[in-house]
Amino acid sequence: MTSVRVALPGHLRTLAGVEAEVRVDVPGAPTITAVLDALEAKHPQLVGTIRDRATKERRPFMRYVACGEDLSREPSDRPLPDAVARGAEALRLGGAISGG
Amino acid sequence: MSTVRVLVGTHKGAFVIASDGARRDWRVDGPLFGGWHVMHVHGSPADPDRLYASQWTDWHGQVIQRSDDGGRTWAAVGSGFAYDGEAGTHQWYDGTPHPWEFKRVWHLEPAPDDPDTVFAGVEDAGLFRSADGGTTWSELAGLRTHATGNTWAPGAGGLCLHTIIIDPADPRRMFVAISAAGAFRSEDGGATWQLATGGLRSEFLPDPEAPVGHCVHNLAMHPSRPDTLFMQKHWDVCRTDDAGDHWTEVSGNLPSDFGFPVSVHAHEPETVYVVPILSDAEHYPPDGRLRVARSRTGGGEWELLERGLPQRDCYVNILRDAMAVDSLDDCGIYFGTTGGQVYASPDAGDTWAPIAEHLPAVLSVEVQTIA
Repeated sequence: MTSVRVALPGHLRTLAGVEAEVRVDVPGAPTITAVLDALEAKHPQLVGTIRDRATKERRPFMRYVACGEDLSREPSDRPLPDAVARGAEALRLGGAISGG
Repeated sequence: MSTVRVLVGTHKGAFVIASDGARRDWRVDGPLFGGWHVMHVHGSPADPDRLYASQWTDWHGQVIQRSDDGGRTWAAVGSGFAYDGEAGTHQWYDGTPHPWEFKRVWHLEPAPDDPDTVFAGVEDAGLFRSADGGTTWSELAGLRTHATGNTWAPGAGGLCLHTIIIDPADPRRMFVAISAAGAFRSEDGGATWQLATGGLRSEFLPDPEAPVGHCVHNLAMHPSRPDTLFMQKHWDVCRTDDAGDHWTEVSGNLPSDFGFPVSVHAHEPETVYVVPILSDAEHYPPDGRLRVARSRTGGGEWELLERGLPQRDCYVNILRDAMAVDSLDDCGIYFGTTGGQVYASPDAGDTWAPIAEHLPAVLSVEVQTIA
């Protein structure tokens, strides 16, 4: 298992009742899909709030960022950067600057 | 002594404003779900401790919350709103076909006789039902698949089902309203629906008397008169006495017959309230004066109520689900504004006072009267 740090935006912290950053355990090399699967299993309130509950497509106003790179349009089954896998960096989930 | 609980949904969270039956001293609790649009909070008539809330953002979509203790604690329940079968298309603003897409829940209507049964009116327009306290949701697809469904088009707020009225004497009898499709009636618990738009006229339509396309803003019914409904339409205030087969305009002497909410007095079925708004382009009261219009004759003749309301430089709006009444002997009337004020009248509208003044823009107001 790999322990991955995930940083959540404010709306989702309050919804899940967690701090800004949570840890999830992922089997094998972490990918966005694997991390989100583990996150949703640990905090089922988040199902549907980051990606579509049926298609698993990223919600249009969500962004995935790690190590200074925008991974939002990367294939979700591509391994995340080593720094995320090592726990040195968090996968950051955030909302686009879209008003609100 | 009775308690009155005002459930306020705002642009950035929910608030619960409570008082005893004297309705003089109010306590504001909140924000709940801070940062989220809270479209609606509504209590079960069968169990006042059972509350449902619809929270939503563009970023994260729809979440339904439930409280089993009168709002002290909440838990996220189910938010799986999937249309039944192939959703098909409705019309877009320009008349072209547009796929049906779920966006959010505008209105939650708990059943009168069962706290675990609750209906949800959604955008794009559809009606969902949960029989397990909001954990799972099933579409009552007979509405969306009505023969006119592919001609429905959105209003400025989207193609939203915003009003659900259940006849308390016969919960299988329901009315819904959709912007901008019209009003519909079901006699079988929502399985099948028929239009309830007879006699409506909307000048913006190619055929002003078409059965579909009317931008109904809100409906209200007194529980003792299940065939009588009042409607605030995009323009026009109307009434029907035959459950929507024939509507009559009752705008009468209103300074403007544009507006959003309509409510009926708890004990006087012919006493009706609307809030005149200047126009569809100017969503603020005429002359910068916030006035509630009351008719004691079921429409037609209106008096403007202004004592305690701002009478200069007031340019707020009152949205369609943001007015409600309590059921105390001297009926209380409540409404919230896009400026974040919530006003209450403990004397059926004669006098008003703010019970909250600096909230985020108010999206919805409901009232619970607890014995």
